[in-house]
Amino acid sequence: MADTSSARAQILGGIRKALGSVEGSEDARKRLAVHPRNLVPARAQLQHADQVELFTRMATEVAATVERLPGLSDVPRAVAEYLAGLNLPAEIRVAPDADLDAIPWDQRPTLTVSKGRARDSDGASVTGAFAGVAETGSLMLLSGTERPTTLNFLPDTHIVVLKRSQVVGTMEDAWDRLRGLGVAGTMPRTVNFITGPSRTGDIEMRIELGAHGPRRLHILLVED
Amino acid sequence: MEPTTHAFPENARKALSDERLQKVLAIAPAGFVNRRKQAADRLPEFEALRDQGRDLKNHVLANLDTYLEAFESKVTEQGGHVHWCRTDQEARDAILGICRAANAKTVTKGKSMVSEEIGINDYLEANGLTPIETDLGEYIIQLRHEPPSHIIAPAFHLSKKDVEGTFRQAHTDLPPDRVLDDPKVLIAEARTVLRRKFQQADVGITGANLMIAETGSTVIVTNEGNGDLTQILPRVHVVIASIEKIVPTLEDAALVLRLLARSATGQEASAYTTFSTGPRRPGDLDGPEEFHVVLLDNGRSALLGTEFQEVLRCIRCGACMNHCPVYGAVGGHAYGWVYPGPIGSVIQPALLGVKEAGHLPNASTFCGRCEAVCPMRIPLPKMMRHWREKEFEEGLQPAAMRKGLGLWAWFARRPALYHAATRMAIRALGALGRGKGRFAALPLAQGWTKHRDMPAPEGKTFQQMWAEQKGKR
Ligand code: SF4
Repeated sequence: MADTSSARAQILGGIRKALGSVEGSEDARKRLAVHPRNLVPARAQLQHADQVELFTRMATEVAATVERLPGLSDVPRAVAEYLAGLNLPAEIRVAPDADLDAIPWDQRPTLTVSKGRARDSDGASVTGAFAGVAETGSLMLLSGTERPTTLNFLPDTHIVVLKRSQVVGTMEDAWDRLRGLGVAGTMPRTVNFITGPSRTGDIEMRIELGAHGPRRLHILLVED
Repeated sequence: MEPTTHAFPENARKALSDERLQKVLAIAPAGFVNRRKQAADRLPEFEALRDQGRDLKNHVLANLDTYLEAFESKVTEQGGHVHWCRTDQEARDAILGICRAANAKTVTKGKSMVSEEIGINDYLEANGLTPIETDLGEYIIQLRHEPPSHIIAPAFHLSKKDVEGTFRQAHTDLPPDRVLDDPKVLIAEARTVLRRKFQQADVGITGANLMIAETGSTVIVTNEGNGDLTQILPRVHVVIASIEKIVPTLEDAALVLRLLARSATGQEASAYTTFSTGPRRPGDLDGPEEFHVVLLDNGRSALLGTEFQEVLRCIRCGACMNHCPVYGAVGGHAYGWVYPGPIGSVIQPALLGVKEAGHLPNASTFCGRCEAVCPMRIPLPKMMRHWREKEFEEGLQPAAMRKGLGLWAWFARRPALYHAATRMAIRALGALGRGKGRFAALPLAQGWTKHRDMPAPEGKTFQQMWAEQKGKR
């Protein structure tokens, strides 16, 4: 790999000369340590029940579909019926996520379930979420050994299990939860905020769903 | 890409007589304007967020060295690499070096204006690699060997008929009787072709809308999902980003993101906002094994401490061009290089030199719409005036302008451009729901009255052409 240290020295040196600084600022180091919140819009600063309502409304607005379920045991039925309703094959690729282990897939023997990262042939995936952001109706998904990112993008249909308690108000709230995991200073390799299915406006400014990613995003909002 | 910015007057004339382009320009920018307004109106805090965005970026620029170093050490800590590049050539070589080390043949690309700035596609191609743009608009213009005409809608100058023609030519296995008259079908066709490319790629290159010093993350904001497939499928992920894209923390990213999507497309949030940090972790089932950030200066740090420092707040949302009467009259290609519209008129002289790009800051009505909508409150008209002063100092202005014909002389002497611009300005103002009073206060009107009896140098044919066009409206 080419050595770019002289370019580094010159760029940083030039910046310091222009700014009249020598070795960086306390201000900046403090901001990094404290990570203060900026203005957070009032929209999502609500009671939790209202945040759940707002999440559902915003997600629906961007063409995701939201289905409420009483518990994880209802997921197999909901998935099977959703796929059948769209005339899609009853086959799903599921994230090998321990959080989804409680789902009794065997109650639906007609549903073909396999686990792992997405393959090109997979038509539908089921993944868990880390959070749902009410302000924008976005899902927050983390990569990890049990959560391959390809499941979020390769299949045509993406089904996401979101527990009610995972709904937060804003992106800032979601960051707080991630920081709360205690893996100080280390982000997962990929953090996806997903707001509706894939879309493009590149041909004559007409918005069409299903550009490169999933054309359908179905959210199972599960009571817990 | 060789700039043709010096030929702006000719480019503009051509654009004005391009009927197809004029049809697009009559509709498309207004669509962006309306959507942005609806999104901004829906968020009561929008104006206050703009103030905070401005202040945040000012703070970042005042501490740029600290934040860049913090970013670098975080990237390294997580197993990634940062490549510092002073010039476009250094960045091209850094990327080529990474591709060579990976034994790459096929390179997929997400949309990135900085990658256009450094001309990476031509360079990789000249060195035997196959770069493939995967954003639908970028893919289309790559097949047509055209530059983007808008920073967020690169192919918006094309109709679906144009796209159909392009695909029929490029996708040689397409049966001739396949009907391709619907955007849906065209999108499906591109998706199928590009899926194969995603699977073949050895390296994926994306840009970055943001870099986060606190975590060493890079962020892309997209709607199609192509930027994600670009970075999770190949073995190597390369991010090309310019130094001013850095923000301190995840909270600061949230602030900028609230401004970006609304200003760009009028969305509350884009479909995909993705934070990428380092390579895949032990045990991960997918994701890239290598993560490289190519950090480009290319003249930006030289703007610090000058009257142009504030332009480094730009988040490349495109709002300024959507609201610009000049852009609305001539489109993006007339600007002759990578960045069109008001932002282009301010940064192209910085990146290309006043000699090449000096026309741009002159081609302005100084109506002030760009500054009024810029989420980062960049005083674009003021900066265009600074460039004019520099151009004057360097003795580069044409003789007529040096005699002091006033700020709008260049523009006012081109009645067609002027009228098109005025119409656009009225339309834009109408769409923004402002009163007529503001328009009357525009310097534009005075400029025209003052110079209206000047001979129009364009000659008869151009005026005739214009009269014909007018008849159609
Ligand atoms: S100058 Fe302002 S409005 Fe124009 S692209 Fe940059 S941030 Fe957006």
